[in-house]
Amino acid sequence: MSISGRILLAGVAIAFASFLSGCGERSQVVVYKSGKYQGKTDTKPWDNDPQSAPYTTSKWTRGDKTSWEVAIKARNQNQNEYQRAQ
Amino acid sequence: MARMKFLADAERCIECNGCVTACKQENEVPWGVNRRRVVTVNDGVPGERSISVACMHCSDAPCMAVCPVDCFYRTDEGVVLHDKDLCIGCGYCFYACPFGAPQFPQAGAFGLRGKMDKCTFCAGGPEKDNSKEEFAKYGSNRLAQGKLPACAEMCATKALLGGDGDVLADIFRTRVLKRGKGSEVWGWGTAYGKPDNPQAKPPQGAKS
Repeated sequence: MSISGRILLAGVAIAFASFLSGCGERSQVVVYKSGKYQGKTDTKPWDNDPQSAPYTTSKWTRGDKTSWEVAIKARNQNQNEYQRAQ
Repeated sequence: MARMKFLADAERCIECNGCVTACKQENEVPWGVNRRRVVTVNDGVPGERSISVACMHCSDAPCMAVCPVDCFYRTDEGVVLHDKDLCIGCGYCFYACPFGAPQFPQAGAFGLRGKMDKCTFCAGGPEKDNSKEEFAKYGSNRLAQGKLPACAEMCATKALLGGDGDVLADIFRTRVLKRGKGSEVWGWGTAYGKPDNPQAKPPQGAKS
């Protein structure tokens, strides 16, 4: 290959590399995805120790969602005066 | 699966604002912010109705849809919460909400608008449950203590119900069936049912 051909090839390679470098730009701002929560994760209420809750009558097994829901539904009946009056 | 909801019985609400006070006290909500309020229509005329209004924790919440920073999330129990560390206080959620639930603390000069604050169904927020940080940002986390929202549990006439939607529907259905509904759809009889002996008269006390 002639010298001019090598120079041309090197020029094309540099141009191609420069062109590709534009694709590698990293976003410098937070990318918000529509409909996707971006904040911190929250803990589940049933993951708490029922013994640590002050002044509560609800009892559930720590980590057991079903038992927590049963306790909440039982407490919900306190708002039903027809049942409380019985 | 529990779906936490509020249900307000306009026939029973006596506009005592006990729910508003309970919310303020439980969550130590700052001045100028009302997570809950009582709205009265036809005030002072027969047939007036009052209803307690706060965030209704919509299943398809418009606040979540319009938030430009996606700071809202819905818990497994169906409670709509948000991360105050992300909130930019733009107010879009206030425009989108049909209930006017989002509130913005205004303190400092030039009407400075702070981060959005709203009813959390007494479920706190994305911080360690029942921690000081959670209480300072979001208020009390009663669900993590096995309790239900203070407003509903404090309501004297049980006009405001709060809890699992299925249970609330059962309670309200029983109530409506017991009290009936006729032409006189306003007043004590409609709200609490007819007395057992309508002809009974109060005892006449001797005058002193």
